[in-house]
Amino acid sequence: MVQINFVRSVMEEQQAPPAATTGFLGWIRQNLFSSPLNAILTLLSLGFVAWLLAHSLPWIISPTWRATSLNECREILMGEGGACWGVIRERWLQLMFGFYPSELYWRPILAFLLLLIAVAPILFTGVPRRVLVFSAVYPFLMPWLLWGGPIWGPVVAGLGFVIGFYAHQFLKPIAGGLAAILTGVLLAILWWLFLAGPTASALSSVLPLALQSVESRAFGGFMLSITIGVVAIALSLPIGIVLALGRQSNLLIVRSLAVGFIEFIRGVPLITLLFVASTLLNIFMPPGTNFDIVLRVIIMVTLFASAYMAEVVRGGLAALPKGQYEAADALGLDFWMANRLIIMPQALKISIPGIVSTFIGVFKDTTLVSIIGLLDPLGLSNAIRADQAWNGIVWELYGFIALLFFVFCFSMSRYSMYLERKLQTGHR
Amino acid sequence: MTKSVFVGALALACVSAGIAAAGTLDDVKARGKLNCGVATGVPGFAAPDANGEWQGFDVAVCRAVAAAVLDDPSAVEFVPTTGKTRFTALASGEIDMLARNTTWTFSRDVDLKFDFVGVNYYDGQGFMVPKELGVSSAKELDGATVCIQTGTTTELNLADFFRVNNMSYEPVPIETNAEAQQQYLAGACDVYTTDASGLAATRATFENVADHVILPEIISKEPLGPLVRHGDNEWGDLVSWTLNALVAAEELGVTSANVAELAAAAGNNPEINRLLGTEGTLGEMLGVPADWAVKAISVAGNYGEVFEKNIGETTPIGLARGLNAQWTSGGLLYSPPFR
Repeated sequence: MVQINFVRSVMEEQQAPPAATTGFLGWIRQNLFSSPLNAILTLLSLGFVAWLLAHSLPWIISPTWRATSLNECREILMGEGGACWGVIRERWLQLMFGFYPSELYWRPILAFLLLLIAVAPILFTGVPRRVLVFSAVYPFLMPWLLWGGPIWGPVVAGLGFVIGFYAHQFLKPIAGGLAAILTGVLLAILWWLFLAGPTASALSSVLPLALQSVESRAFGGFMLSITIGVVAIALSLPIGIVLALGRQSNLLIVRSLAVGFIEFIRGVPLITLLFVASTLLNIFMPPGTNFDIVLRVIIMVTLFASAYMAEVVRGGLAALPKGQYEAADALGLDFWMANRLIIMPQALKISIPGIVSTFIGVFKDTTLVSIIGLLDPLGLSNAIRADQAWNGIVWELYGFIALLFFVFCFSMSRYSMYLERKLQTGHR
Repeated sequence: MTKSVFVGALALACVSAGIAAAGTLDDVKARGKLNCGVATGVPGFAAPDANGEWQGFDVAVCRAVAAAVLDDPSAVEFVPTTGKTRFTALASGEIDMLARNTTWTFSRDVDLKFDFVGVNYYDGQGFMVPKELGVSSAKELDGATVCIQTGTTTELNLADFFRVNNMSYEPVPIETNAEAQQQYLAGACDVYTTDASGLAATRATFENVADHVILPEIISKEPLGPLVRHGDNEWGDLVSWTLNALVAAEELGVTSANVAELAAAAGNNPEINRLLGTEGTLGEMLGVPADWAVKAISVAGNYGEVFEKNIGETTPIGLARGLNAQWTSGGLLYSPPFR
């Protein structure tokens, strides 16, 4: 009896997929021409992009890099439309550093590079944890690099935190948590108020380690924007978290203080706060006090950003199921541990997009300082136009400034998407 | 109750500010630097160059004062101020003097408690129109659209002018001079109006200068000058007479080229001798060294030289002296005698 098996004993060779579904062609078909409507939209968009490029490229690609004035640009172009890039060649350093002494440009550059190192362990998990020590030192290093002066100022300022921390560690087992925190804060404040100044001057008379000091008036351009932006961003997140927690607190005074602060700051436009910083404070403070204008602006922008940050974080806290809070309580964790281990990691993860858009908003809001006479990139663009050689140039300057702002904001936005993907724990 | 405390604190702050401001001259000497408020950028009057050095006609006044007081024209901290922050900056003591093409008006002098110490540029509001409009006089502008910077005296002057001449116009409000240039060139308005010096600077940047005309009518008086806080007369005198020294130097023929030679020894002209401190004690009366005016003139020369270098006919801005000529040549510049 012959047995017939209708079973294939040899695997058929795999056929290559149809040419139209693989490779470049397949990608195009799948993504650009998957249906008649999509095909039409693709063609329309391509046409629009081509039209845009055809009109902007001849303007952008313009042989005016060497020109020294608008009139020279016009001579080079001979009636053809084109950008006058000479202004960027002549003024790009000014747009970057403002009036910072050119022989000291290395200081802001170094501060910026060190900033990248300092934030690396906070932003990326692959970086050795030991770098975090540097991140803690950096907030004291940066002002020294930018403003100069004796190194002992930042050192004794940092010592205040160290004193507070060790007082807290020492007292916690003896006197309990609250007393330890209060004593630590009190000791640090006493140090800053009474001892820090004399110590710093004593130390600098013994060992005069100092950089040439640079006044805030010399700050300008992107350096000013980045300084204000970075400090405000770095400080607004912790302050915002504390405010958000304060707003959720059961303690009446803490809650009312937090709510009052947030609602007051959010109810006032940033430009008003900047005017207060630039003019009103001057009148109220005793004559002769020299309260640095950049510092005043940084404080105001930080307060402003913190209020918004608090609400973003509160959104994250509110989105967390109540069960999480109860679970933390059931485990017997105290308030700080519950927040540190259970609540904040989840709440902050939820609020990443909001946090980063607040960051981006703050960074762009720094351009408002041009209204109070600080020469940030936008303020400088006006000052550059006041040079009769460049009077009348608009698009080139704004284009350059916009490009740089875009680079910063786009990288922040990309990073936030990376972070969201990395912290993604749900199933999609 | 709280309100009265607040007002009291405010009054106290003002009084103490007044006391502290009483000796601006001593403050400046002690500080070794003059804090001078300038514009954030007005062509020809104040602008940083590529090296970050401030240049311009108003800036030259600051440098002359710094040279007179501190013997160093670079001992100036230039504080850029905007139209909104300039007066508070001066009132609060953040700056010692303001040289930011500010029009001398009654209310600024009396109500805002400042002292205008002189006029360094007599300006006036004018109109610029495209030639193809075929307009030769501002009286023919009935029904025109006018680009105008908001919140300035020019806006009020414009309204007055059209009302007096029984004409109508449509304002196109704009914020900055750069925006005005763009709007005007794009044809968003028929007419651009601002101070005549600003019009000249703007027109000079156009690709086809000849296609635009500045109408002959000047519809307002805009005496621009440096100002100081009210009530500090020693300081006000110093700024005022430094400016006068520059003007008188031109009248007397003292220039940056010959000032050193003329100041070396007393010459035949007693007024020059008094001005340059080789005779008399004018410097002592002001509380500065006898050669203060020599220092001020040596920085960039006399008024005429400063004018020519920054905004005169050889510069791209190309302003004629006009009202700003010496009284001997039919202008308004008239320094009181140095005696």
